[in-house]
Amino acid sequence: MNKKHRHLSMRTRKAIAGYLFIAPFIIGFIAFLAKPLIDSLWTSFCKVTFDNATNSFSKNFIGLANYKQAFNLDPKFRQLLTEEISTMVIRAISVLVFSFFISLLLNAKFKGRALVRAIFFLPVIVSSGVIVGIETNNQLLSQVADQMKEANTFSSISGTIEKILTTAISGGIGSSVLSTLFEVIDGIYDVAIASGIQIIIFISGLQTISASVYEAADIEGCTTWEKLWKVTFPMISSLLLVNVVYTIVDYCMMRSDSELMTKIKTEYVVNMNYGFSSAMSWIFFVCVGAIVALVTFIISKWVYYYE
Amino acid sequence: MSNVFAAAAEKWNKSRQASKDHKAQVENALKNKEIRLVDLSFIERNRMSQGYLLALKIKKVAIIVARFVLFFGLSFLILQPILSKISMSFMAEKDLYDSTVINIPAHFTLDNYRVVSELMAYGKCLGGSLFYSAFLAVLQVAVCTLVGYGFARFEFPFKKFWFFCVILTIIIPPQTISSALYLHFNYFDILGLIKLITGHTVNLRGSALPYILMSGFCMGLKNGVYIFMTRQYFRNVPRAMEEAAYVDGSGTLRTFVQVLLPDAKPIITSCFLFAFVWQWTDAYYSKLFLGNADLLSTSLSGLGDRFNQYMQREHGVIGVGTGYTSAIISTGTLMVIVPLIILYLFEQRGFTESLAGTSVKM
Repeated sequence: MNKKHRHLSMRTRKAIAGYLFIAPFIIGFIAFLAKPLIDSLWTSFCKVTFDNATNSFSKNFIGLANYKQAFNLDPKFRQLLTEEISTMVIRAISVLVFSFFISLLLNAKFKGRALVRAIFFLPVIVSSGVIVGIETNNQLLSQVADQMKEANTFSSISGTIEKILTTAISGGIGSSVLSTLFEVIDGIYDVAIASGIQIIIFISGLQTISASVYEAADIEGCTTWEKLWKVTFPMISSLLLVNVVYTIVDYCMMRSDSELMTKIKTEYVVNMNYGFSSAMSWIFFVCVGAIVALVTFIISKWVYYYE
Repeated sequence: MSNVFAAAAEKWNKSRQASKDHKAQVENALKNKEIRLVDLSFIERNRMSQGYLLALKIKKVAIIVARFVLFFGLSFLILQPILSKISMSFMAEKDLYDSTVINIPAHFTLDNYRVVSELMAYGKCLGGSLFYSAFLAVLQVAVCTLVGYGFARFEFPFKKFWFFCVILTIIIPPQTISSALYLHFNYFDILGLIKLITGHTVNLRGSALPYILMSGFCMGLKNGVYIFMTRQYFRNVPRAMEEAAYVDGSGTLRTFVQVLLPDAKPIITSCFLFAFVWQWTDAYYSKLFLGNADLLSTSLSGLGDRFNQYMQREHGVIGVGTGYTSAIISTGTLMVIVPLIILYLFEQRGFTESLAGTSVKM
């Protein structure tokens, strides 16, 4: 060990070791994420023109024009954005509720539990990436699917119930709540296949709650319902945060074929409108980021850490 | 008329009296320890508990039935697409349009599999997918484990900032940066060095190198998640082992490899399995960066159109029926996910078990 090394304190050496361990990430982040990210941010403030003569792109700074175009001029963007974000919020909530209750049920002992758990986790394996939406990728097939859906709504039991209920409660907040509810129920398959990891995370959280807490609650005279909200829920509330973030992220990753994304892609690939396309994806990203930050802030305010 | 009532009332009273007598008898027997409580019939015990036992039993059975119905329904919901794909994949074309054929094919055939494996170049793609998924997964997990350990165990300046960056990589939709990345690799350069030497930038698109580079530097598909998972795991490992190793004079890297890694097998297996599976089904990054490689995911995504071309070429059919196309796509999908399902059957614990420790605290 040379003289210079001996002078470094343990702390400094640890810090250097730490930086060496995360060095791959830092390099990767700067090279493959920060640069493209800044590039695309800069592009969103520019008008990009392709110069055929020199075979290169030139960027002219035009300020907020792309953003103004997205919000004020473009006929569909605002609508698509609100649709995308509202479906995302609804989806996140329904996935959380669904996975919470399923994990409660799957945590109890019964015959065939392992099988059911395996089935609920299966979509994580088989319904990812290209498998999702392979059927709707084919235009003809998606048309047929739409028609079948239309036809089914009026002939099935649930369709009839839906019709009766919507006629009974028409107008006002009630009907909009109802229609959201029906959307969630119609999309129960999507919710179920998006909940695999969340269920496992909740179950693992449930298993860390020690039995003595429940015993204490029993002695105090808690009913099962009270135990659920006064013991179980606070004890796994820290996992809510992980699951919310995971759900939102997963949703964004999975929905690469949504209308908004298609619009962004078309602007980029077909219309070569790079600046406008970047601006739109940045608006979307900022919205998602803001939602994640907001949720993190709210949940971490009242999350209970048992230590 | 009143006679009948009187007779009924008398009968009722008699039976009540009898049951009362019987109850007293049983209670007496119990008191004298002639019989045990467990020897009594269910009805008797129920009578003694004044109906509580029956109510309890009904509640229990109701819960079991409700749970069974719920789980059966939901499991069916999840499995149904796969099941219907399986049944469709064995049907001949005429079965698909025959409305009397439901689920069980009337003309059992393996033709769909033959056509699909030909169209997808299945053997070649399977090899390609296996190679790329395994290779990239090993690379990604190796690097992410290192980084995760770094975040879990060391204190260094800007640690919070860098961890925020990890979270950022998780939440940025790849679409946001894909366009810029596309150009980045089209005109690839390291700080202008390559241009300085060779005079022009390198076009790396079309080769697998960009994606291997990205995987090697934690920027592959969902790599932030693996960093997060391994970090959570290492944070929960007691420090005593490492400290003992340090006292014995072991270096930082050696401590990590020889002391910590052997115990971290479950979490590494789990990360590897996820990386493998997600890489296997991923078409987005694969299309962007591995366009030339033969992968199952990319060849599946164009299967429908290729099938239409094939039918036109081989059989002169223009505009193949949607049913047939969807049967072919189903077959293709099945063939892509079958290796994954086999993997899942054998490694189910590996997938789920170590997720448990990962989520304790943000």
